[in-house]
Amino acid sequence: MNNILIHLAVLFFLPPLLLGLVNKTKAWFAGRVGPPILQTYFDLAKLVRKGLVISNTTTWVFRAGPVVTLATVLLAGLLIPISSFDAPIRFTGDLILFAYLFGLARFFTTAAALDTGSPFEGMGAAREVTFACLSEPALFFALLVLAKASGSLSLTGMLHGPGAGFAMAAIAPLVCVGIGMFIVLLAETCRIPVDDPNTHLELTMIHEVMVLDHSGPLLGVMLYAASLKLFILGAFLLHVIVPFHAGVVWMNWPLFILEMAGLAIVIGVVESMMARLQMRHVPYLLVAATLFCGFGFILMVR
Amino acid sequence: MLSVWLVLGAIGLLVGSGMPACLLPFRSLLGQRLTVLLAVTGSLLGLSGLGLAIPETTPLSWRIPWFLPWGEFAVTLDPLTVIFLLPVFVVPALGAVYGLDYWKQSEHPDSGRRLGLFYGLLAGSMAMVVVARDGVLFLIAWEAMAIAAYFAAMADERNPEVRRAGWVYLIATHAGTLTLIAMFALWHRVTGSFALTAAAMMPATMSGALFVLALIGFGVKAGLMPLHVWLPGAHANAPSHVSAVMSGVMLKMGVYGIVRVTALLPAPAPWWGGVLLAVGAITGIAGIAFAISQHDIKRLLAYSSVENIGIIAMGLGLALLGRSYGRSDWVSLGLGSALLHVWNHALFKSLLFLIAGAVIHAADTREMDRLGGLLKRMPWTTMLFVLGAVAICALPPLNGFVSEWLLYIGLFRTLNPGGASAMAAAAMATVGLAMIGALAVACFVKFFGVVFLGTPRSNAAKHAHDPHAKMMLPMVALALGCVVLGILPMVTAPLLGRAAQSWTVLPQTPPQSIADLAPLNWISFMGTGLFGLMMAGALIWIVLSRVRGVRKAGTWDCGYAQPTARMQYTGSSFTQILVSLFTFLVWPQRHEPDVEGIHPWKTQFKSLTLDTVLDRLVTPVFTLAGQFLPKARVFQQGQTQYYVLYILVTVIVLLLWAAMGAQP
Repeated sequence: MNNILIHLAVLFFLPPLLLGLVNKTKAWFAGRVGPPILQTYFDLAKLVRKGLVISNTTTWVFRAGPVVTLATVLLAGLLIPISSFDAPIRFTGDLILFAYLFGLARFFTTAAALDTGSPFEGMGAAREVTFACLSEPALFFALLVLAKASGSLSLTGMLHGPGAGFAMAAIAPLVCVGIGMFIVLLAETCRIPVDDPNTHLELTMIHEVMVLDHSGPLLGVMLYAASLKLFILGAFLLHVIVPFHAGVVWMNWPLFILEMAGLAIVIGVVESMMARLQMRHVPYLLVAATLFCGFGFILMVR
Repeated sequence: MLSVWLVLGAIGLLVGSGMPACLLPFRSLLGQRLTVLLAVTGSLLGLSGLGLAIPETTPLSWRIPWFLPWGEFAVTLDPLTVIFLLPVFVVPALGAVYGLDYWKQSEHPDSGRRLGLFYGLLAGSMAMVVVARDGVLFLIAWEAMAIAAYFAAMADERNPEVRRAGWVYLIATHAGTLTLIAMFALWHRVTGSFALTAAAMMPATMSGALFVLALIGFGVKAGLMPLHVWLPGAHANAPSHVSAVMSGVMLKMGVYGIVRVTALLPAPAPWWGGVLLAVGAITGIAGIAFAISQHDIKRLLAYSSVENIGIIAMGLGLALLGRSYGRSDWVSLGLGSALLHVWNHALFKSLLFLIAGAVIHAADTREMDRLGGLLKRMPWTTMLFVLGAVAICALPPLNGFVSEWLLYIGLFRTLNPGGASAMAAAAMATVGLAMIGALAVACFVKFFGVVFLGTPRSNAAKHAHDPHAKMMLPMVALALGCVVLGILPMVTAPLLGRAAQSWTVLPQTPPQSIADLAPLNWISFMGTGLFGLMMAGALIWIVLSRVRGVRKAGTWDCGYAQPTARMQYTGSSFTQILVSLFTFLVWPQRHEPDVEGIHPWKTQFKSLTLDTVLDRLVTPVFTLAGQFLPKARVFQQGQTQYYVLYILVTVIVLLLWAAMGAQP
């Protein structure tokens, strides 16, 4: 019971910190002081208190976008196990629900973007749905590898591995999956080299351009949901790249937070060291992710 | 037994529903109301018959010999039949009510009565196809269905495009029927009768040949790639409620055929399941890739039907693999998902076609890029569209998700422990299904965004409005079905389980129920939770916007002075990257003249997606054949003497052949 409460607390309150860490890392690389690590919390608090300006063109779909996105991402957050602890909700086949909840979020975010009738937002929505078509196969190859390696069909069982830990034969496939899933994480959370969360040049963006017309609390919800998505996919990835747990059970919570912070810093490093890809080259990167996960599967079943 | 009589009575009423109107004047609305009344009564009769048949544990049969030299009149109601009959009694009846406003006899005097007649015949013959247990009876019903669909779809025959689509359909469906005649002839040769009862052991090559013939013959009707050539044109050009019936129900007759024949054949070889999985995955991906590149809302929906048939075929493939490898869990999940998807697709695709009809009715165009901003003008239709689109994208918490979820679980279960070949096939299918899901989201976001959101791109779209109750209520009923099956999927589990058992009983392993393999209660719980969270979010939003107040302004336009509706992203621009990724499959045609000068004046851009198989393969071959085959016309002189001469020559040749055969 306590662990479920901690799970909820971590899920609700930790994600904005990750964005702060990423930005701080990027600032450090650029030789700037950068915003405080807690900046995202301040931003969220400010946005929630702000007024709203909404386009005349929009309808209820525009307002439903952030609401549905937040609801689905929160639900997905209840399905993901954190560190050595079981997810609050787990059942056979929850992995499919997990993947498809993000699909539902995508449907409504992109629909909300199109609702403004702006060509910029149309551009962002088109890219979002297109790149998802390429990252989905990678995710499912990864799920196949994990299901095969663990013999379980629920996220909790899959990510924790079999009782005795993953077998030696599963290490090579898991490394492949780790690389592939890291690319998927960068693409799905709109980081460099796929998307640039900082630029406000509409022609080059995906996520930022879709929320151009969102303001006040609605923008806050989108920002929070984006950080939640980063947190959830990060928690997924951490199971694959650091499948080790502390001997003392409660120690796993602080350890997890440290690991998560480390992941955010790694993302910040990647963002600082790489340039954003040309939009027409993004598919190659995502195909590479699919290939990594696909070869992982072949290694698994050979 | 009463249930069989009720179903047969329903078939009679449906077949005859259009006849009384033929005695009334062309423009008589009374005639049309009478037709609809008969069709709805027939369907209710049939549904009550099914209600009685569902609790029965043994199949109910009725047979009498008839006047034809072959076969007999044999019908049976078993769980498989019941599952396929349900959509037959639901969708056409709702479509008929919709047709009262959509295709008013007073506005379409030249086609109204004919449409009513063949619409009823189509519904009745589809029901007959499903209950028939004799090859000859089956083929008669099958042909009646094909012909009725042709005349129903050709209601607007003055339009040359409609006529062309009709010809393609007629040729394709008869090619399919021809294959089926070959299959039943072979069936008769192997089993000694036309009766559709489980066959005893037969040589593997023979059962393999029967399977391939069934796959091709029924695949044409179901729309498996590359046999789907007739489907987009016929669906796009038929009146929308006929498209709904064709796509929602008639395609499933092809699926039914494959399910029934595989149920009757003895133990399948593993390659059957592998072939179906591969064909299903290809059909699914190619179908949705073509759907994405369409500009015509009804062609888009038609290609999306091809995709859904692919998903159903994947479920069947998994079930067949389960039968070959003796895994009852694969059978339960694979067949369960395929049959549930048959229902689901019947619900949401009919809904979407009826919505497309409402859009066409209101804005008078099928061109997506001329529409836009319909949400503000047709709020209720849009609400229903969102339900239909979320359902067809297989997103939670609606019904489409449940069937694909069952299929996923089945495919994942091939991993532990599984043979390498089954596992490889299933892994490819899993990833294919994931890709289909993401592409479907892209496709329907495009449909939603371009047609319903933004601002109108033409005057017609500006003056659109919601349809009246007669068109609205059938759509509401179908949408309600999507919600109920999504939130309470467990109600379907017992019937699906019994259908899986009537399809096959594996001697080695006990049957496993779907509810045990897949926790449907959890899906129901999560779906309710999701609805609850969204409602709570909406409530918070409403309170917040009341308290805070909302200021309205224009959409952000980068300071551009005169934004117009034509600057919005169109359907073609939305999918441009995806279409370019699928160029090898979709082969779009682009007409873009070079831009000349520093200040170029008017220019045009046009993109067009042809059907790769129909327009680049089938049509050229037929055109070529059309150039050479007229030479054979010399034999067709139209003079009786010549024909008698042909008969004489044929008989002499046959006599000679027999005489040569007699001498050892």
